[in-house]
Amino acid sequence: MTAPFELDLGYRLNPDVALRREPFGALAYHFGTRRLSFLKAPDLVELVCGLGAYRCVSDALAAVPDRRRGVYLRALAALAAADMIVPQREGAS
Amino acid sequence: MTTISHEPARGELVPALVEQFKGGLAAPICLTWEWTYACNLSCTHCLSSAGRRDPAELTTAEMRSVIDELRAMQVFYVNVGGGEPTVRPDFWELLDYAVASQVGVKFSTNGLRLNADRAQRLAATDYVDVQVSLDGASREVNDAVRGHGSYDMALRAMQNLAEAGFRNFKISVVMTRHNVPQLDEFAAIADRFGAQLRITRLRPSGRGADVWHELHPTDQQQREIYWWLVDHGDRVLTGDSFFHLNALGTTPLPGLNLCGAGRVVCLIDPVGDVYACPFAIHDAFRAGTVRAPGGFAEVWRSAPLFASLRTENSGGACRSCSAFSSCQGGCMAAKFFTGLPLDGPDPECVKGHGASMISGLDPGLLPQPDKDHSRRGQAVPLGIPSVRVPVKPCDSSPLAATA
Repeated sequence: MTAPFELDLGYRLNPDVALRREPFGALAYHFGTRRLSFLKAPDLVELVCGLGAYRCVSDALAAVPDRRRGVYLRALAALAAADMIVPQREGAS
Repeated sequence: MTTISHEPARGELVPALVEQFKGGLAAPICLTWEWTYACNLSCTHCLSSAGRRDPAELTTAEMRSVIDELRAMQVFYVNVGGGEPTVRPDFWELLDYAVASQVGVKFSTNGLRLNADRAQRLAATDYVDVQVSLDGASREVNDAVRGHGSYDMALRAMQNLAEAGFRNFKISVVMTRHNVPQLDEFAAIADRFGAQLRITRLRPSGRGADVWHELHPTDQQQREIYWWLVDHGDRVLTGDSFFHLNALGTTPLPGLNLCGAGRVVCLIDPVGDVYACPFAIHDAFRAGTVRAPGGFAEVWRSAPLFASLRTENSGGACRSCSAFSSCQGGCMAAKFFTGLPLDGPDPECVKGHGASMISGLDPGLLPQPDKDHSRRGQAVPLGIPSVRVPVKPCDSSPLAATA
C-alpha cells in the first residue's frame, strides 16, 4: 500500500522500476504492478533519478524553476501514488 | 506524469504525449511477436492467415537472441501471438527465457494447451499474462467464426486458469456483427472467471479481408460499441482499437487516439520479418528482418518505412472534416486492405465517407494478402467454415504429430 505523498519525506526511485530514456523524457515500467508511466520532460527524469540524494522532496524541488515547480510536484505525487517512487526509509538497505 | 490509461493530460507545460509519440520512440511500447504461423484452428477472420507452420520460422536460438535484444532495448513486455503460439515445441522454454530476461510476456491462445497443470504453473509465474480468444458469448456464435469445438476449448482453458487462481487473465473478443449484441454476456463471462474483457476491432487483414464485408459491425452497432465503451470502458481493454469511433460523441474513449504503427507499435512475424503493425502483414508494410545485421534494433531505428510513418499524416481529404481531430483518419491497415487511400477515410468512418468510397472501388484491384499460411484444402460444405480436408499431409493440423 502506498502512503500519502509527503513533501518533508525523502523519496527515491522504486528498485522495481526501470526507466527507459525517450526523446520526450522517459518511460517508467514497474515490474511489480506491470504499470507503465511516462515522465514527460527530461528535467523530470533528472529530478526522479536524483531524488534519492535529497533529504526531502522540498529540497529536491528547490533547484527547479518556480514556474515548473507545481507541475513537477504533481508529477512526483502521481509517481508516488503509482508506487514508482517510494519513501527512502522503505526497504532501504 | 500520466499513466497510459489516463491520457491526455491537461495543463502540462510540455506538449501532449501523443504529439511526442508521433515522432517515434527509442523502442516500441506495444510489440506484437508472432511465434508461429501454425494453428490448430482456421478462424475465418485470422489477421495472419495462419494455419501451416512456415519452414523458415525463427529457430530456438534465433528466438533467444531476439529476446536478448529486446532486453537490451528495454522492451519490458511483448504480446506473443501466432498462429497458436503454444504449438511451438519450445514455447514454454522460450516463455521462461523471456521472463527470466525481464521481458514480460502476454500470450494469446485459443486455449489448446492450457490444461489444469499448465494453468497452475502459469499462475505461479510472474510477468506472464494470458489472453484467451473468444469471438462469441455462445457456442453457436463463436464456433461459426473460430470453428467447431473452439468455444468449449476456450471455456475449459478459462476454467483451468480460474481454478488455478490466475487472476485477471484476458478474454479477447473481436467484435463482429453477430457478437455486438452479446457485449454484456462477454462481460459476465469475464466476471465469472475473474478475468478482464478485451474487445478489439475486426480488421480486413489476412483472411479477415474475405469476411470483413459480411462480419464487420453495422453503423448502428458501431454506435452501440462506442456507447457501451463509454459506460464500461474503465473495466474493458480495447488495445486502442476503436479510436475511429471517437467522433460519435464528445467523450473520447480511453487510449492514445493515434495510429501507433511504426511509432509505438510493431510486429515481428514468425520468420523474423518486421511489420509496422500486427494488422499489416503485407510487403507494403514490411520494414525489414531481425535476421539482417543490426537485428531488430536496426530495423526499429533506421527502417525508411518507419521513418516515413513517424512524420505527420497529411490527413488528405479528411483534414477538412470536423471529426479529424477525433479520429485522426482511423486505421492504416483497414484502409489499405479495403482499397482506400492511406490519407483518406477509414472504411468505418462514422461520417460514412469510407463506405461511400468503397462502393465505387473495383474489388479486383484490392491489395491481395501476400503472406498466406492458410491450410489448403477443400472447404466442406457443412456450414462450418473451418472444416477443411487437407490435400497434402503437411497441410494437416500442426497437432497431428503431437496429439
